[in-house]
Amino acid sequence: MHAFFDTRDRPALVWAGLTLVAAALIALPWVLAGIGTAWVRITNLAVLYCFLALGLNIVVGFAGLLDLGYIAFYGVGAYVYALLASPQFGIHLPFWVILPLGAFLACIFGMLLGAPTLKLRGDYLAIVTLGFGEIVRIFLNNLSTPFNLTNGPQGITLIDPFRLDGFSFAGTQHVFGQALTSPIKYYYFLVIVLLLVIVVNVRLQNSRIGRAWEAIREDEVAARAMGINTRNMKLLAYAMGASFGGIAGGMFSAMQGFISPESFVLVESIMVLSMVVLGGMGNVFGVVVGALMLSYIPEVLRYTVGPAQMAVFGRTLIDPEVFRMLLFGLALVLMMLFRPAGIVPSALRKRELEQVAADVG
Amino acid sequence: MSGDTGAAGELLVARDIGKRFGGVAALTDVSFSIRRGEIYGLIGPNGAGKTSLFNVLTGIYTKDSGTFVFDGSPLDDLKPNEVAERGIARTFQNIRLFANLSALENVMVGRHVRTKATVVGAIFRGPRTREEERAIRRRSIELLDYVGVKRRANDLAKHLAYGDQRRLEIARALATEPRLLALDEPAAGMNATETAGLRSLLESIRGDGTTILLIEHDMKLVMSVCDRVLVLDYGRKLAEGPAAEVQKNERVIAAYLGGDVSLNLKGA
Repeated sequence: MHAFFDTRDRPALVWAGLTLVAAALIALPWVLAGIGTAWVRITNLAVLYCFLALGLNIVVGFAGLLDLGYIAFYGVGAYVYALLASPQFGIHLPFWVILPLGAFLACIFGMLLGAPTLKLRGDYLAIVTLGFGEIVRIFLNNLSTPFNLTNGPQGITLIDPFRLDGFSFAGTQHVFGQALTSPIKYYYFLVIVLLLVIVVNVRLQNSRIGRAWEAIREDEVAARAMGINTRNMKLLAYAMGASFGGIAGGMFSAMQGFISPESFVLVESIMVLSMVVLGGMGNVFGVVVGALMLSYIPEVLRYTVGPAQMAVFGRTLIDPEVFRMLLFGLALVLMMLFRPAGIVPSALRKRELEQVAADVG
Repeated sequence: MSGDTGAAGELLVARDIGKRFGGVAALTDVSFSIRRGEIYGLIGPNGAGKTSLFNVLTGIYTKDSGTFVFDGSPLDDLKPNEVAERGIARTFQNIRLFANLSALENVMVGRHVRTKATVVGAIFRGPRTREEERAIRRRSIELLDYVGVKRRANDLAKHLAYGDQRRLEIARALATEPRLLALDEPAAGMNATETAGLRSLLESIRGDGTTILLIEHDMKLVMSVCDRVLVLDYGRKLAEGPAAEVQKNERVIAAYLGGDVSLNLKGA
């Protein structure tokens, strides 16, 4: 099986594989739309979680800095988009202006979080970042007085969808007799951005910068003694991670059309962290798999737990909503028990190492 | 050349170095100088302040008094990474490798300080970045070969045998292109064969023009490889000079044995 995936000397196989994956990604939303448009939306949210997990992976997986307040950057990105593209202030900037702006502001917030925590590690860092996440959420909740910036717990409504030269991502068009719905349009945009983000992550990991992060994760004192400016590198990790969160937040705003502080609670931070840990910390593909699994499992359970009980017992014994989360928790525990190092096995890692072997000769 | 000050061509001059931890004086008025191209030994009983001196020199601790002049310019209040950039690399008494990185990656990290790629370069991976990355890899493999652990290049550092880990740490330090290589007990835990191999490695590093500062308890190794030796006891300088002279110094013998028993340190 391993040999089958060994594509180093078989470029044709690589191209065939890529074509297959591309075709699957293009066809996927239409298949899902056949089951129900809700599944396209669920997929879009799953892709957003991939962004978040990949961003957090830079901080937690690469640099080894435990961050429990990561969702704050998502919130910053979401609110930047919402404030600059909604009737809240009557500003309606195009998305390609706001997304980079949101990423930039999240990046600044990332460094704001990073600067005071440079000397902290482990548990202590976790507590401070947790506090930071809560502070941002509480600000979003309360910045309605004296000056109404965020509209408080009511949140911001009527947020503009993406528009490009008259083409709106909202609403439905008909292409070749098929309904091109809003979620499908966003899906294509999200998948393209996701592929870019994955490339960026892989390249960062296999670079001078990525190695410096990993060195800090492994042994900070030794990393400094080897000439790595750990302060700058940690700030850079926070900034990079946060900017991914910021971009994801902007896209979330546009897709939902409505945001409130409730979307940026601590549980969300923990969820994203679980995706990273479960998928395999530091492994880009593992993290994507982790994010997809943790996004889909609760949704699949939502649609299956009720009917399954009916089929087995003839009636609903346990409230499906309760049972669903119970099973989800159980799934998490089982996955971590059987795959303590993450879902994606170290085969990828092993193969990377074999590649090195070929170079060493 | 700024470095060739003085007839002896001193690479590092330490003057009156002092360091206290609360009420404990770890180092008191320690002065010495290391000449270019020599292997300089640093010995003393446990707790004499050898590792403290290393940590003060490499910026891990800040010293309370005194100055280091490295290659003609002062080395004051620099952070460890700045010290490494100036050309002092070190290893650790209790090996501190990047355990979950491969041996090769460990050495590649050592190249960090002599390379330039930024985030933007890493993301876009232009021709310059790719060329630099290739050079990092090439040089790191050379260094692994040099210290003799090339065959373990792809193994995680934590899976290497003890002696290989010591050698890998030296390769990682060499990757930073140091002018002074500071080794903290490299022979600790090695058997006689491994120590003999280490000795020839040290001599070839010196032969390549890198000055070495060596903390070591293995007297046989110190006496055979070091040009000069500094002896510390209770944080103070006890003796300094050619190895052969120092080992006959009565105060040194007394410090090691706590009395005026005569001892052939050569055999210790």
